[in-house]
Amino acid sequence: MQNAATDMPRYPASAADLFALTKPRVMSLVVFTALCGLLAAPETIPTVLGFTAILCIAVAAGASGALNQWYEADVDAKMKRTRGRPLPAGRMEKRTALHFGVGLGAFSVLLMGLATNYLAAAILAFSIFFYAVVYTVWLKPRTPQNIVIGGAAGAFPPLIGWAAVTGDVTLLPVLMFLIIFLWTPPHFWALSLFVKTDYDAAGIPMLPVVAGNAATRRQVVIYTLPMVAAAIAPWPLGLTGPVYGAASLVLNAVFLWLAIRVGMNKAEDPAAMGPEKKLFGYSILYLFALFAILTLDRMFFA
Amino acid sequence: MTDPQPPFDQDEYRRRQRERARIMAILLLAFVALVFGITIAKMGLYE
Repeated sequence: MQNAATDMPRYPASAADLFALTKPRVMSLVVFTALCGLLAAPETIPTVLGFTAILCIAVAAGASGALNQWYEADVDAKMKRTRGRPLPAGRMEKRTALHFGVGLGAFSVLLMGLATNYLAAAILAFSIFFYAVVYTVWLKPRTPQNIVIGGAAGAFPPLIGWAAVTGDVTLLPVLMFLIIFLWTPPHFWALSLFVKTDYDAAGIPMLPVVAGNAATRRQVVIYTLPMVAAAIAPWPLGLTGPVYGAASLVLNAVFLWLAIRVGMNKAEDPAAMGPEKKLFGYSILYLFALFAILTLDRMFFA
Repeated sequence: MTDPQPPFDQDEYRRRQRERARIMAILLLAFVALVFGITIAKMGLYE
């Protein structure tokens, strides 16, 4: 509810709205991939420290989400999908979101440093900076390649989970980072193909808006190829066992097939974008399954 | 013509303040318990 004189909310932000600022749905993937990085590491740490590391990564993701919503409140107001968020809907002061985001971010980095090690804390701090500044402020409003570099922000959690246990970063966590990094463009471009009009209204230079559907579909196929290579690589490199090898071959073959179907689709009407919707839905299942099998393979079979 | 603003509701203001204070209290207690757990775990690591 707004104050007519100052255009400010008249009541303190509710706990539910503060929670919504953290983008809890995005957080589930962050927590899951971080947990996979933590469990796939060759050493173990006490449960309470592992829990704290995951908590810090989740809180940092929440901080990034809050800072993103603070900066993008005006853009969010123009899109149907986001105009009900606490800031564009006028239920919260912008300053509250800024303080909440900075506070959560600082808290998560300090606690990570105290509970685990400073390498994990440093990567965590960098991941918040990367999402809130490099992606949200610099790239997203300027370049249609925003998703490519921005994808790195979502790829840090397994790296941080691994670093929290071992205190270093080796080839497997880097491959886990690469898988998410290369998965992000086909995942988001598949979505942006059938919600293009929404991004158009907000003036965000998403690839379908700037380069058209055909170029976007081509890019979906192009980015899928190195993603498939990175996803299968842990097996021939001897970092995982044959269980992951077999599962990754199947999962990646399906992903590639769906991406090729997107590449061959010529539809301009979102209602006829069945292949894009299928790829978007499958891409979420793919990442969860791939990381779950990689972790189980490392824990029990490798 | 714009809709008139509903009157300021003092009870709603207080209710939100209480809600946030209660959640903050729970989070602080959980944080204390977590720091206690971290301390015990760290002591175990260096024994």
